[in-house]
Amino acid sequence: MGRNGSGKTTAANIIMGHPDFEVEQGDVLLSGEDLLELETWERARAGVFLSFQYPQAVPGLQVGNFLRKSVASIRGEEAAKGAEFGSSLKGAMETLDIPRSFLSRYVNDGFSGGEKKRFEILQLLLLQPKFAILDETDSGLDIDGIKTVAAGVNSAVRGTDSGALIITHYSRILEYVQPDKVHVLMDGRIVATGGPELATQLEERGYEWLDSKAEAEGLA
Amino acid sequence: MSANQVAREAVGDYKAGWHDPENSTVRFDFGLSEQVVRDISAIKGEPQWMTDIRVNAFHHFIERPMPTWGSTELLNSIEFDEICYFLRSGEGTEDDWDDVPADIRNTFDKLGIPEAEQKWLSGVTAQYESEAVYHSIREDLEKQGVIFLDMDSGLREHEDIVKKYFCSIIPYQDNKFSALNTAVWSGGSFIYVPKGVHVEMPVQAYFRINAKNMGQFERTLIIADEGSSIHYVEGCTAPTYSTDSLHSAVVELVALPGSYIRYTTIQNWSNNVYNLVTKRGIAHENSTIEWVDGNIGSKLTMKYPAVILKGEGSHAEVISVAYAGEGMHQDAGAKVHHLASNTTSKILSKSITKNGGRGSYRGMVSVSKKAENCKVNVVCDALILDEQSQSDTYPTMEIKNPSCRCEHEASVSKVSDDQLFYLMSRGHSEDKALALIVNGFFEPFVRELPMEYAVELNQLMALEMEGSIG
Repeated sequence: MGRNGSGKTTAANIIMGHPDFEVEQGDVLLSGEDLLELETWERARAGVFLSFQYPQAVPGLQVGNFLRKSVASIRGEEAAKGAEFGSSLKGAMETLDIPRSFLSRYVNDGFSGGEKKRFEILQLLLLQPKFAILDETDSGLDIDGIKTVAAGVNSAVRGTDSGALIITHYSRILEYVQPDKVHVLMDGRIVATGGPELATQLEERGYEWLDSKAEAEGLA
Repeated sequence: MSANQVAREAVGDYKAGWHDPENSTVRFDFGLSEQVVRDISAIKGEPQWMTDIRVNAFHHFIERPMPTWGSTELLNSIEFDEICYFLRSGEGTEDDWDDVPADIRNTFDKLGIPEAEQKWLSGVTAQYESEAVYHSIREDLEKQGVIFLDMDSGLREHEDIVKKYFCSIIPYQDNKFSALNTAVWSGGSFIYVPKGVHVEMPVQAYFRINAKNMGQFERTLIIADEGSSIHYVEGCTAPTYSTDSLHSAVVELVALPGSYIRYTTIQNWSNNVYNLVTKRGIAHENSTIEWVDGNIGSKLTMKYPAVILKGEGSHAEVISVAYAGEGMHQDAGAKVHHLASNTTSKILSKSITKNGGRGSYRGMVSVSKKAENCKVNVVCDALILDEQSQSDTYPTMEIKNPSCRCEHEASVSKVSDDQLFYLMSRGHSEDKALALIVNGFFEPFVRELPMEYAVELNQLMALEMEGSIG
């Protein structure tokens, strides 16, 4: 969690390998593997997934075709074939309450805010990453949308070996996805770490509470 | 974007750039004169009226100045005296691939023509240099009276029909290159579809240039009689040479009342070929003419498929894509003239430029004073892949009747880093990500193609995108 401009999206983009950023020091490791050595698509194949805050539209690229190609490149051709792909796609779409007709639309082209978020989670479910980053996937969603997204996250992460980093401004989604840890980011640094209760406290007391705390600890 | 992405030359990836040893049975000397024109007519044993049109057209070609628009620099660099205007390979037009000379047959095999013929075509004409070397049509269509011939045979066997329509849609005086084609035309297709006959599967013509400094001037005439329909598909390729070749075709379509003609082109000339083509159809009452026009290759293409909506309730559609890479200029577009009431037209033009290529949309839509309640829809989209490349549009609209509903949209876009990043985050390499964007951009065109062509075009574009981002 963290204020606007505190570096949450930057962190997500750096982990995924956005070309705008160069890492001068520090490591990004996934199961011991150095991600910084890898290109973005290699990181994706290694198991990193980013649910974008602002997913890009690709006019003319059909959702169904794109999903199949992405599954093939990340999980291998076998996973993108016939019946297996069909049934996992069907299951994921049912979980997220996405109609069949969605598959013939163009990637994020003319999608509503809610559709974009659901589509990100649909990709999460199908790509089965080791580590998923959800960048404000709950923003701009109504309560039903948040529940659906949460259900998607839970089914992708809970009961699997996968992990997730949820970037959010609101503790509401945390009512449906129980976090193991909550970190608060301020000016590019983690200033507080705690359990789920930290999110609740933060919502009650605001970031000023942490400002003074950070000042006292000489972090700000 | 990042250090290990090495830009490769996409040009070297042109897959149809091989050439066969030349094995001509007749070859004219380089250069053009009235005698050359007469010799072409004589070798074909044509009727006098055709010889006369040719000679008149030749004089018009000589007198007619070069266009002062389009790529004047490239146009003025065409060396008309260094072109061979007639070259015959083999012994004639065969109806069995086994009888086609081995080298030539091998070339068409590599291009996948006999295979496509077996799977999904109603008929095939394969032209090699100046004339057709292979031709066939399905028997059932022949029985229904469908005529599908190479143009030379068309003139021999159906002189009355050819005489009636030849130059009736595109007079030789239309432009310098329609004059040139009329003077030296050879090969092309002649099609007549009788009343009420629907040719379900497409017929295809394939045009291959093999020799250096070759001029190919096919002439096509398609007549769809009342209530009939046909889909004609043409493809073309040539070897890559350091010297230029010239392809200058004329295509005339006649859609009689209630008929439907779709004319699909996938032009993939090597980038030493000038492609200067005039295509025009006339649409009578309640008929439809559709040009589906893909320009992927050539050095310079200037081509604006046109429809004259002469009959009430007729409809025109021109869907085109152009790709211009290094050393290429695609100056393409569409023309529609609404002469009658309740006529509708739709133009969709998409261009992609890369590596210093140039794409120009040039369009003309007119609605005459007497044409009531016409509808016009024009959409032009350009995608520019790098800073060196260029895209421009020259749309013209002359609407003389106020009841016309006219829509025009144009967009120019670039591939953004964020778009690429998004796709790469889904496991797609940079080349693949770009190919997904480019194929998506062309999708509205590609979905109009027969499946086999669609797959091929997508692969072709994916190939062109390899190593695009340095």
